[in-house]
Amino acid sequence: MALKTEPFILNVGPQHPSTHGVFRMRVTLDGEVVVDVEPVIGYLHRGIEKLAESRTYTQIIPLTDRLDYLASMTNNFGYVLAVEKLAGIKAPERAEYLRIIMAELMRISSHLMAVGFFLNDLGAMMTPVLYMWREREKIMDLFEMVCGQRLTYNYMRIGGVSHDIPEEFLPALKRFIAEMPKFIDEYEQLLSENEILLARTKGVGVLPREMAINIGASGPVLRASGVKWDIRKADPYSIYDRFDFEVPVGTIGDCYDRYWVRIQEMRQSVRIVEQAIKQLPRGEICARVAQPLRLPAGEVYGHIEAPKGELGFYLVSDNSIAPYRFHVRPPTLINLTALKDMVVGWKIADLIVIFGSIDVCLGEIDR
Amino acid sequence: MTLIDQFRIWLSGLVPEWAAYVIAGVAGIVAILAFVLSVVIVFIWYERRLLGRFQIRLGPNRLGPEGIFQPIATAVKILLKEDIIPERADKIVHWLAPIVVFTPVLMVFAVIPLSRGAILADLNVGVLYLVAVGSVSAVGIYMAGWGSHNKYALIAAMRTVAQIVSYELPLVLSLLGVVLMVGSLSMIKIVDAQTVPFIIVQPLGFLIFFLGALAEMNRCPFDLLEADSEIVAGYHTEYSGMKFAMFYLGEYGHALAYACIITTLFLGGWRGPILPPFLWVLIKVVAVFSLIVWLRATLPRLRVDQLMAFAWRGLFPMAIINIVVVAMEVLWLVDMSKWLVVAINAVLAGGLILAWSRLFVLGRGRVEV
Repeated sequence: MALKTEPFILNVGPQHPSTHGVFRMRVTLDGEVVVDVEPVIGYLHRGIEKLAESRTYTQIIPLTDRLDYLASMTNNFGYVLAVEKLAGIKAPERAEYLRIIMAELMRISSHLMAVGFFLNDLGAMMTPVLYMWREREKIMDLFEMVCGQRLTYNYMRIGGVSHDIPEEFLPALKRFIAEMPKFIDEYEQLLSENEILLARTKGVGVLPREMAINIGASGPVLRASGVKWDIRKADPYSIYDRFDFEVPVGTIGDCYDRYWVRIQEMRQSVRIVEQAIKQLPRGEICARVAQPLRLPAGEVYGHIEAPKGELGFYLVSDNSIAPYRFHVRPPTLINLTALKDMVVGWKIADLIVIFGSIDVCLGEIDR
Repeated sequence: MTLIDQFRIWLSGLVPEWAAYVIAGVAGIVAILAFVLSVVIVFIWYERRLLGRFQIRLGPNRLGPEGIFQPIATAVKILLKEDIIPERADKIVHWLAPIVVFTPVLMVFAVIPLSRGAILADLNVGVLYLVAVGSVSAVGIYMAGWGSHNKYALIAAMRTVAQIVSYELPLVLSLLGVVLMVGSLSMIKIVDAQTVPFIIVQPLGFLIFFLGALAEMNRCPFDLLEADSEIVAGYHTEYSGMKFAMFYLGEYGHALAYACIITTLFLGGWRGPILPPFLWVLIKVVAVFSLIVWLRATLPRLRVDQLMAFAWRGLFPMAIINIVVVAMEVLWLVDMSKWLVVAINAVLAGGLILAWSRLFVLGRGRVEV
């Protein structure tokens, strides 16, 4: 006997335990199977791009903190690089190294959150998150030492950084870098071979290589699909060409590959910080920059490899003290466009896992 | 002769026979209620503290020494909350569901022996009663999901039926192994028969029962009914106040009940050297409960189709093989040597688990069941 069935619509979010903020999905379900997904965004829209048009270039830096609030340092970094590119300002050596150290620490911190909450979505009740917060906490402490903030750092400046590091910073950083690989081993011991994790993530939510390229995905999501594209290597900005590190890539682009790529990237970031500490020179931390800064009329696109992907800043200047147009290319918004292709046909539990594996931050999607 | 019987006989000297029955019965019920509720409250505190240890944090430690009064504060908070009933809910079903979930949990304790005499009713069909009463909660959970008029709750209700019905089978089959060896369904007789605890005699039966019990009490990694990262709070999404407290108590009561059952059936119940029997039961119950909390702190959750596959392709055939082997042992070997049986079963358990882990890989990717 054939029962009469019909799909029904389920609202996942904006208030839901695992939409990582205020994301909303209108999911059409056939039993447990996802038939259609319609993402609804904009619940966290604060008009950052418009606000920026009425602020001086230095005043915009704290705004960028609020984009991807789990990786404020890299947001600062991307923005000041774009401004420096148009203004033709060169930051002093020491500032470059400090920026790299901060950016890579930020990458570790962001990936810790991503992997931890990915496991939370899988149902591993808070334990991986809390283990990873233990290390994230140390990174927060380091950031607090240099700029007094723990979430929105406002640390980088056009032409350098705001503060030099205090003397207790380097010993603490060296200790952290020395023990971090052991902690990553610990995570892998707990997670990487876990049968349930493998069953839930292997082959789930595959993003094929061609599709990943076509939608313009970037960051771990793209690299998990087997594309060796990392802006630190492909278009070296700042002083990344001086460091020796590898770009880990996945094979088929399933959730497990995305998890694995993030774990490996943490190891590479540790390597970069290690080298940066060794090479760190003495000297100035900020170039002399006119205040308020007037950029030459023109436009610029600066992009960096943020923890979640290619973070781009597009600036149009009309030679006034504020930008004429300020646009952000948020990596996770672009990565998120693949969501529907990845989840249709999977179960509702997979929907949550696949969404978690993209590692979104609503702060930069809605801006 | 149970303690209740002795009490009744003593009473019948003072009051009429019928009154003695009533008083003794009520006294027994009150004793069970007090025992279950107090142990459950301690368990809630214990789980939160232990989970804290697993997760490198402290857990609640503010109220009273080591935070022991935290569950009481939580209970007061829950009781003071407004009782919200969704407007389009099925009012009667919505109201009835917590009771249907909680009552069977209490009923299970009637046949749990805390020591030789300390059992409310030494039924000669104790195990049968256990299985029958223990699975009634599923109906309550389904009612909660159905009556809430909430899609998340409804999904949980559908999962309930699938999960609890599938795991009931391996659970009962693994119990049968114990029953076959003892030759009785009485809980007292089962404990008496365990000169060697059944966990050693039937390791496979124990494992299957333990996993089945985890699924029955909705504990990790089978906690799909209230998978908070997927379906918010599952079947009790639309419950608040006292009704939610009933579910909460029911969940921990369930855990306590299964810890008691495992203790009785597989760990030798009250048997143990030196310490008094009551303490031995408590120690074993806490040990089983700690194991459950440990799993909860460590493992991710299975997907619904993998859950079903694990029951039907993994546990179910293993339970059948286990039962056949045990039956043959009872028929031919039981008079010869107990340790020979132990050896055979240990080899059987090891071999089967190894074979299954090779042959039966938990469906990765998309699995149709």
